[in-house]
Amino acid sequence: MMETKQTSAQTYDLGPVDQIPPGEGRQINVGHIPVAVFRTRSGEVYATQALCPHRAGPLADGITGGGEIHCPLHSYKFDLETGEPIGNECKALKTYPLEIDDSGNLRVTIAKSKARAGLDPASGGHK
Amino acid sequence: MEKQKLVVIGNGMAGARLVEEVLARGPGDQFEISVFGDEPRGNYNRILLSGVLSGTHDQDDIYINPMEWYERNDVKLYAGVRAIGIDRRAKTVYAAGGHLVPFDKLVIATGSVPFVPPIDGLYDDDGSLREGVYAFRTLDDCENMIERTEHVKDAVVIGGGLLGLEAARGLLTRGLNVHVVHLAAYLMETQLDSQSGDLLRDTLEQMGVTFHLEKLTTDILGEDRVTGVRFRDGSEVDCGMVVVSAGIRPNVDVAKISGLNTRRGILVNDDLSCRNDPDIYAIGECAEHRDVTYGLVAPLWEQASILADRLTGRNPNARYYGSRVSTKLKVMGVELAVAGIKEPRDEQDEVVTYVEPGQGIYKKLIVRDGHIAGAILLGDGMAAPRLLQAFDRDEALPEMRAEMLFPLAPDSVGTDIESLPDQTQVCNCNGVTKGQIVEAVNGGHRSFKAVCDATRAGTGCGSCKPQIQAILEFAADGLVAEDPSANYYVPGVPMSKPELVDAVKELELKSVSSVFEELAEGREDAASKVGLSSLLRTIWGSEYEDERDARFINDRVHANIQRDGTFSVVPRMYGGITTPAELRRIADVAEKYEAGMVKITGGQRIDILGIPKEHLPDVWRELDMPSGHAYTKAFRTCKTCVGTDFCRFGLGDSTTLGIDIEKRFQGMEMPHKVKMAVSGCPRNCAEATVKDVGVVAVEGGKWEIYVGGAAGANVRKGDVLCVVDSPTDVIKYMGRFLQYYRENARYLERTYGFVERIGVERIRQVIMDDLDGSADSLDTDIQSSVDAYFDPWKEGEKPVHENQFVSAPVAVSG
Ligand code: SRM
Ligand SMILES: Cc1cc2nc3c(=O)[nH]c(=O)nc-3n(C[C@H](O)[C@H](O)[C@H](O)COP(=O)(O)OP(=O)(O)OC[C@H]3O[C@@H](n4cnc5c(N)ncnc54)[C@H](O)[C@@H]3O)c2cc1C
Ligand code: SF4
Ligand code: FES
Repeated sequence: MMETKQTSAQTYDLGPVDQIPPGEGRQINVGHIPVAVFRTRSGEVYATQALCPHRAGPLADGITGGGEIHCPLHSYKFDLETGEPIGNECKALKTYPLEIDDSGNLRVTIAKSKARAGLDPASGGHK
Repeated sequence: MEKQKLVVIGNGMAGARLVEEVLARGPGDQFEISVFGDEPRGNYNRILLSGVLSGTHDQDDIYINPMEWYERNDVKLYAGVRAIGIDRRAKTVYAAGGHLVPFDKLVIATGSVPFVPPIDGLYDDDGSLREGVYAFRTLDDCENMIERTEHVKDAVVIGGGLLGLEAARGLLTRGLNVHVVHLAAYLMETQLDSQSGDLLRDTLEQMGVTFHLEKLTTDILGEDRVTGVRFRDGSEVDCGMVVVSAGIRPNVDVAKISGLNTRRGILVNDDLSCRNDPDIYAIGECAEHRDVTYGLVAPLWEQASILADRLTGRNPNARYYGSRVSTKLKVMGVELAVAGIKEPRDEQDEVVTYVEPGQGIYKKLIVRDGHIAGAILLGDGMAAPRLLQAFDRDEALPEMRAEMLFPLAPDSVGTDIESLPDQTQVCNCNGVTKGQIVEAVNGGHRSFKAVCDATRAGTGCGSCKPQIQAILEFAADGLVAEDPSANYYVPGVPMSKPELVDAVKELELKSVSSVFEELAEGREDAASKVGLSSLLRTIWGSEYEDERDARFINDRVHANIQRDGTFSVVPRMYGGITTPAELRRIADVAEKYEAGMVKITGGQRIDILGIPKEHLPDVWRELDMPSGHAYTKAFRTCKTCVGTDFCRFGLGDSTTLGIDIEKRFQGMEMPHKVKMAVSGCPRNCAEATVKDVGVVAVEGGKWEIYVGGAAGANVRKGDVLCVVDSPTDVIKYMGRFLQYYRENARYLERTYGFVERIGVERIRQVIMDDLDGSADSLDTDIQSSVDAYFDPWKEGEKPVHENQFVSAPVAVSG
């Protein structure tokens, strides 16, 4: 079930979902790609780029709720599902498909090209 | 009816404003609107770029219409797409990337381009300005300049006009040595006369700007990098960046290519249509109307409104007759306003001047037929509003001209509001008039926030807010509504604090998620979590069901997050007193964990900065000192002075009392932070009168307790709550006050706001006279919070979750 869907994308096992306290996020480095992984109180999981496009705040330390993540540094808001900015003009967050497998482990899928070009989460900017 | 196609070229201040004005006149289905914008973003307030450069505005704060706005209003925005030409016969705009967009009505609002004088070494091979050389027109320019300032020490600004000086000031604030090169003999020569120009130069020189007047720049020096500039006389100035601000030229490219009549700008009639095409209009800086082109926003607000009236049929006969323009220099520390002409035209013109060179004050009024034809006001901000208003309205002047130059009493905003005509512009950043604000109020927007949201007044630099408030009060005629949501304790639960407290107690809601479940229809709201967790903890004490995700990161890891994601550690030093052994441990820890900085704080203790999250537990253990709670909304510190033990003036033992206070209230959760101080005598070395709660020992063994003092973003002298006879009473009444504050303040309301809102008289009635009969319960409740104290740094040894202090639990190899 978890085979990589395209040749260019790869799925990684990030370990048990329990390592993330409910409602919180943690940064997990997949190779050299820092990924912020969130587990909401209602049980959904999301993965986005780890650093805020505004001024590189650590998103995993932010506050989740109502499908949003609020950055801890200046409270910019983003949609967890789509990565779209809410009420600000930042670039949308990169998001990565994330699932919980049968044994309760988190599995994230990262495109190969992203793995290379994507490692620029700090570069902010506007659409 | 088929929709008409309205196309706008240019998504700047004029173009976007026109679209807004058209939409505001509704109905929404009259036009299908498309906008071409060369800049790849929504629409922003260009005049605030000076603020972005000098750091007073964040670039994200200057947007007027972000991208979503266009979507929401069904306006097709071609962002980052340049219009190339107009096929006037086929009534189609063609644009980069092969877009062809037909129109029924077309509006050109392409603004201006910076004028760049011929100088050697300006350009790259591809014809663009080389790296290190900037024009100052767009947000991109601004971003690039700011980036550059981080790598260079000296900057040259070519051009000593309005914009050049604003750029110079911005660069100065960013710590650069700034040189301004100007061709004329004095600054801002189009708006100022030589005397005021010289005075302005003196003022700016004192701020640190260096001027090179009557110099013509011929070369930009440097091969790979810019290293300096050379003037025609051969002299040179070293610098790492150059800003060219030598004026603007109306941007007529598209119009010209398409065969529209242009001179300096695009020639338009009084109905704003082009001379030789009645379906094409031009507004903003690119338009030339009755021989005049403008370089300011006020005229374009007027033009956009008139054109929208015509296009929508609201007023098909609306005409534009030209604008009277006045402007202010937006340079921090300089007050300069100018209007109209700067020199008398002939002997009939009357000139009134007042000069005080030592103070940098220069006022000049040119009067024609009893009306203001021109004015220069340097160094006196007080007289400007009244004078500019008289100029804009073309009012007859009073016989005593001096009344205009020297306002007798500072204009009380209130009294003047009624007489202000409707078309007076109140918010200059967004071009909002008194009439629009009144209209919004009459339309039901009766709270400050609602009016601002509806008109956008007050959302730029914010300096007009008092005026908006006054207009609101005037127009609402005593019916100013408090925004219901302004009274919500948190945005996501529609209840005021007392309502919420009652509901929480009645339903026994002990966790944040249960509050969302029961009181917000199950909708979890990220922006409400932190406020709720603070409230629930205050209500339930140890019964509170602590959900850690409802805490701000600082309160999850008991340290203050820094701009780079590391944390700072401030251990508690009761009363600001430490020991050699503690200092030694601090030094050891700072070295071992490579602290970025060790600093004495403003709160009489020591901050160890730049500690990564995962080292926090080790740092705390090795410090072996309790948390100073410098990261949370809680009791912070109690500053003291040396008091009776050492000081020759000491009247009371301030150190011992300070330590007792700090031991008692340490870590206690509050609506906002609470800082205290105890001074041993009225010389007040611990600054107790500007603390949330302050204590001052006075003659006769007595102590004064002050509440509601502040000396941060706000400065307020505290009010005396009471004078008591003993340290025991100090602690008793202080505790009562704190509990009353905890129960009644809004979330994030400091005591300075709280005391002002409730009034110290009323607080005295509760605390001292027990008029409400609540004193006993206040005492009991504060005591139980004191008893519940627990040093959160102990969680370093026993984390609540195995990954509490872990930032990256696993590393997965890729
Ligand atoms: C460390 C310290 C500056 C220093 O190097 O001295 C400091 C640092 C910060 N202050 Fe402060 N304040 C510090 C003393 C003060 C003081 C002076 C004092 O405490 O005697 C004041 C004026 C008194 C007051 O509180 O009003 C002060 C008024 C503020 C304010 C304005 C509050 C207001 O409403 O007026 C803020 C912003 C806020 O609270 O919203 C603030 C916010 C901050 C924050 C927490 C900003 C933040 O949220 O990240 C800063 C944390 C920096 C960091 O990265 O660690 N800090 N700050 C001082 C720590 C004192 C301590 O030992 O606990
Ligand atoms: C730093 C700075 C400070 C200022 N301060 C003040 C002040 O304090 N007070 C004041 O009154 N005025 C001030 N101004 C001037 C004010 O900003 C202008 O008067 C105003 O922006 C003019 O509006 P506009 O729409 O005509 O032009 P712009 O706002 O320049 O908009 C024109 C837009 O059209 C776009 N465009 C051009 N050609 C094309 C094309 N072919 N296809 C698609 N798009 C195109 C451009 O990219 C631009 O976005 C300031 C200007 C600057 C740069
Ligand atoms: S004054 Fe306070 S909040 Fe501002 S930068 Fe300094 S420490 Fe930070
Ligand atoms: S860094 Fe995320 S909001 Fe500023």
